[in-house]
Amino acid sequence: MIPLPFYLLLAAALFCIGLFGALARRNAIAILMGIELMLNAVNINLIAFWRYIQPAAPTWDLAGQIFALFVITLAAAEAAIALALVIAIYRSRDTVNVEEVDLMKW
Amino acid sequence: MSLSVPDLNLRIIAPVLIVAISALVVLLGELVTSSAQKRGLGYASLVGLLAAGGAAMGLWDAHAVAFREMVRADNFGVFLTLTILAGAVLCILLSFDFTRAHRIETGEYYALILFSVTGMLLMVTAADLIIIFLALELLSLPLYILAAFKREDERSLEAGLKYFLLGAFSSAFFLYGIALVYGATGTTNLARIAASAPSEMLLIGAGLLLVGFAFKVALVPFHWWTPDVYEGAPTTITAFMSVAVKAAAFGAFLRAFLVALPALAMDWRVVLAIIAVLTMTLGNVAALLQANIKRMLAYSSIAHAGYILIALVAMGGAGVSAALFYLLAYTLTNLGAFGAVIALGEGERERLNVSDYGGLARMQPLLAAMLTVFMLSLAGFPPFAGFVGKFLIFGAAVQNGWAWLAVVGVLNSLVSVYFYLRPVVAMYMSEPVEGWGAPRVAPLVALALVLALIGVIALGVFPAPAIALAAGGLGR
Amino acid sequence: MTNYLWLVPALPLAGTIINAIFSRKMPRWLVSIIGVGSVGLSFLVVLTQFIALLDSDEPHRVINVSLYTWIPVSDFKIDVAFLLDPLSAIMLLVVTGVGFLIHVYSVGYMAEDENYGRFFTYLNLFVFSMLILVLGNNYLLMYVGWELVGLCSYLLISFWFHKPAAAAAGKKAFVTTRVGDFGFGLGVLLIFATFGTLNFDQVFHAAPQMFAVGAPVMTIITLLLFAGAVGKSAQLPLYVWLPDAMEGPTPVSALIHAATMVTAGVYMVARSHELFALAPLSSEIVAWTGALTAIFAATIALVQMDLKRVLAYSTISQLGYMFVGVGVAAYGAGIFHLMTHAFFKALLFLAAGSVMHAMGGVIDMRRLGGLRGIMRWTYLTFFAAALAIAGVPLFSGFFSKDEILAAAFGSGHIVLWAIGLLTAGLTAFYVFRAFFLTFHGAPRWETEHATRPTGHASQDAQHAAVHPHESPAVMTVPLAILAVLAALGGFVGMPSVMGHNWIAEFFHPVFGAHEAHLPPLTEWLLMGASVAAGLVGIATAYWFYLARPEIPVRLAARWSGIYDLLWHKYWVDEIYSALLVEPGRRLAMWLWQSVDVGTVDGFANGLGRTVAGASRVLRGWQTGYARAYALMMLIGTVIVIGWLMLR
Repeated sequence: MIPLPFYLLLAAALFCIGLFGALARRNAIAILMGIELMLNAVNINLIAFWRYIQPAAPTWDLAGQIFALFVITLAAAEAAIALALVIAIYRSRDTVNVEEVDLMKW
Repeated sequence: MSLSVPDLNLRIIAPVLIVAISALVVLLGELVTSSAQKRGLGYASLVGLLAAGGAAMGLWDAHAVAFREMVRADNFGVFLTLTILAGAVLCILLSFDFTRAHRIETGEYYALILFSVTGMLLMVTAADLIIIFLALELLSLPLYILAAFKREDERSLEAGLKYFLLGAFSSAFFLYGIALVYGATGTTNLARIAASAPSEMLLIGAGLLLVGFAFKVALVPFHWWTPDVYEGAPTTITAFMSVAVKAAAFGAFLRAFLVALPALAMDWRVVLAIIAVLTMTLGNVAALLQANIKRMLAYSSIAHAGYILIALVAMGGAGVSAALFYLLAYTLTNLGAFGAVIALGEGERERLNVSDYGGLARMQPLLAAMLTVFMLSLAGFPPFAGFVGKFLIFGAAVQNGWAWLAVVGVLNSLVSVYFYLRPVVAMYMSEPVEGWGAPRVAPLVALALVLALIGVIALGVFPAPAIALAAGGLGR
Repeated sequence: MTNYLWLVPALPLAGTIINAIFSRKMPRWLVSIIGVGSVGLSFLVVLTQFIALLDSDEPHRVINVSLYTWIPVSDFKIDVAFLLDPLSAIMLLVVTGVGFLIHVYSVGYMAEDENYGRFFTYLNLFVFSMLILVLGNNYLLMYVGWELVGLCSYLLISFWFHKPAAAAAGKKAFVTTRVGDFGFGLGVLLIFATFGTLNFDQVFHAAPQMFAVGAPVMTIITLLLFAGAVGKSAQLPLYVWLPDAMEGPTPVSALIHAATMVTAGVYMVARSHELFALAPLSSEIVAWTGALTAIFAATIALVQMDLKRVLAYSTISQLGYMFVGVGVAAYGAGIFHLMTHAFFKALLFLAAGSVMHAMGGVIDMRRLGGLRGIMRWTYLTFFAAALAIAGVPLFSGFFSKDEILAAAFGSGHIVLWAIGLLTAGLTAFYVFRAFFLTFHGAPRWETEHATRPTGHASQDAQHAAVHPHESPAVMTVPLAILAVLAALGGFVGMPSVMGHNWIAEFFHPVFGAHEAHLPPLTEWLLMGASVAAGLVGIATAYWFYLARPEIPVRLAARWSGIYDLLWHKYWVDEIYSALLVEPGRRLAMWLWQSVDVGTVDGFANGLGRTVAGASRVLRGWQTGYARAYALMMLIGTVIVIGWLMLR
């Protein structure tokens, strides 16, 4: 079995890639993709932890797995809202560049 | 292998269910109502919220857990449930005429508020990190939409987008924190987390949880979204967010840290104390020169998050009950203040600049007096609700050995008086500005204001019963 | 009998509420009846309570009346409860009695003002706040009154807000006293932390048992409390707000200076005397602050030309006396002087207001003079007050001032006594200077009108309108009553060599019966010294301003450095502005611009929405911030995690 730290490192790396994407991209959609990547990185964590906490599979304590499913569903809901917002912004501002969405400032 | 049927105890989540069902009813009602009938959907929402309030009162002293210890009905949760419902009721009362004037009067508006309330109620009764996370998202997603609800207003859209991007960003951290806590302890149940041994991973997880909560309640340095979103969102939504989200998120924050992580208190208390100082100071100082009243109240809400954080740092029964009382006092006061701003709007124009409030004392003496009371209460001036709240929080801090934090809090609340009094000074001590007619206050808005006013004065002059209720305690 | 005690604050509160809501729809006479009547009735209730207190024997003169539990905190509770004892009874008499007379006077003084109802609303609220402060039986209720008094003073000082000076003065009063309030608030919190309660009887009972004399905690607590007193009672270095406070209507000045607000600090120190008794260092600081303030303010008053300003500095100086009294543990004497001062200072201010009323707002003494014949009542009553403050024997100020000086001498504070004596001479001088310049000599208002160069149209118009006349009876009757009190009020506290000190005995249940008695000869000598100082001051004033008016001019020229220093009030306002206000403003601006860059600031505020719309386009070119927010949040996260891991 692949040791747990390998999974954790993979998840951390994926999280950081997503983080970088969210911070570095200007396109709202790209930022959203970065955030989705962060969420999915955590999913890897959840599943890995679940597997190593409950080695004697199958058990009925499925917290990690179920949680990952919830997160996937939630990511879908978030994406729906994000796209709706981006479309609305695009309609009124003709841009999806978050750099240009700055009417309100400090 | 045995299959166990989960302990489905619907009574415990009855308030949540009632709000969720009314949200669905309102959403369906949107399909069959003409634009003139949208008001009825608002009334339906009110009925749903009041029914949920009744159900919540029935849970007083129930002290029960259900759904494999995922939700817990304790007096802590019931108190916050009622606080959130009170905030939602006042917000909907303020919304009737506001939504009409701003041409956003739809069923979805009310339905989304109800969905968000569903998330909030779930959040303060959750006893498991999974439920807390789901409730947090259920609370947030409708708010992202509501912030952007005025679709033809670019500021509103911008508020929605910024809130969404930063909210989702912070959710990822929060989720990572939950995963690490799960990995470190093998459970997501708050009580069982407390029972497991502390570890480095748990500490990092706790830090990330802290970040997630800090974002929702707007603590420095995770507050950046607050002024922008509060300014851009429709004022009724700003009012709602500023109180109800704070109550819900602080409820889960208190529960998670006091129930699940007391073993690490030595570590997180210091961090939170420093954050509290930064939050209070930044909020108050930044509000000092803010001319836009919505932005000013945004910074003020940041500062108030700092005060409440003192109660969390203080811990103990005194800290918890102080936080609960403060959240109730803050809910009524802040909704009153925003209510006055809403009441003074003229069609789609709102009095956003402090100077717009000139001479109002002469045109609307009662409304001016009310806004004065709300501002004084926010500033912690006796004998209003805010003063008692601050006294309880600072008293709890002093009693539990955090006197220096209370000193910083006292100093901050002295500073805050200046900006809270600015609209008051404008109302009483300057001439009316050109271009504004005499404001007319709609009856339902007046009702909301009067309810808030009664609450603020009653909590200030006769706070003893509410303090007794707030001391009901946190179930473990 | 004490069942009715709650009516004392309730009546002015009712007056406030009624006038606040209905005054715009009510005729003026009804507003006056409610405004004045509520305080008058309150005074009557106080009288009944006072008589009840007199009837009961000494041990029963401390009565706690609890209305209901206000804030329950863990093991104990803070009540909304009132404390009636000789100390609060005297304060109540002063607040409601003098307050009532000032209310009556205001009916005449404010008759022409368009915001008549608002004025009485604030005035009643002010009296209510002060009554809460005085009556509360715990520090929290006292703090409530304390804060409300501050708020009311702000409202009243800037009552004529369209006068920029008035608006600024109100703000200054608010800002300055809040510095002290911070100390007071911390003191209350520290008392709470130390004793776990805030009720006077519990705290005062526990303090001597828990701490020895000189315990550091007690010193810190008392110093924090005293910081609050310094702010409210306008002592060095926080006195700067009081002279400006006369920008408010004159009855407000009288109320602030005499009956309420500034006496709060003295009252609070006297009330906390059990704590100060455990902190000799703090008491010493109190006494020295008082003495230095007394002489400092008296020297400034020597050269001021604005009549009300002279009186304002005189108030600061007299408050200094009171702090000397409470500082040397002569609490009864301090409160006694507070009472007599309330009489004569209210009288001085109201008489000055009467002059202003007659002269169409002129208050500069260089443009007064010769009013003796025209304003007979004002003249006589001002004279009585001047005699009282100057310490002329048998007038009220003589007894109270003498008692404080004797106490200072008797407790071994010879230097304090000497400062007090010198101040007494200065006091007599500046008061009679003001008296002579205002009422005696040749009238300077007509001549100045004749010689004034053209080009000051508005000023001329104002001058032409000056027709000095005696004020209406509604104003002069309160003056007359106060004059009687100022003249005879001192006989309740005669020194032991002359008779019976009734008031000191009355205070026994509060302050204990341990006043030091000096040998009769010493006492007579001390008395003689202070009388002599007062008489020298009066004589000098007569010599300078009536007999040889050229002398002060020569002196001012010869000693122009000192004169300038005094005339500019030691430049304290300017120094504060340079040291505190300006850096504070800079800091705020800096924070604003760096933390708060490019808000809807200058543009949207100053130039309106059109420009804001244009700037919107320009701002669109600026870099976006949502990502910056995210970056800041990431940095915050890293710091939080790093902190948790590394410690």
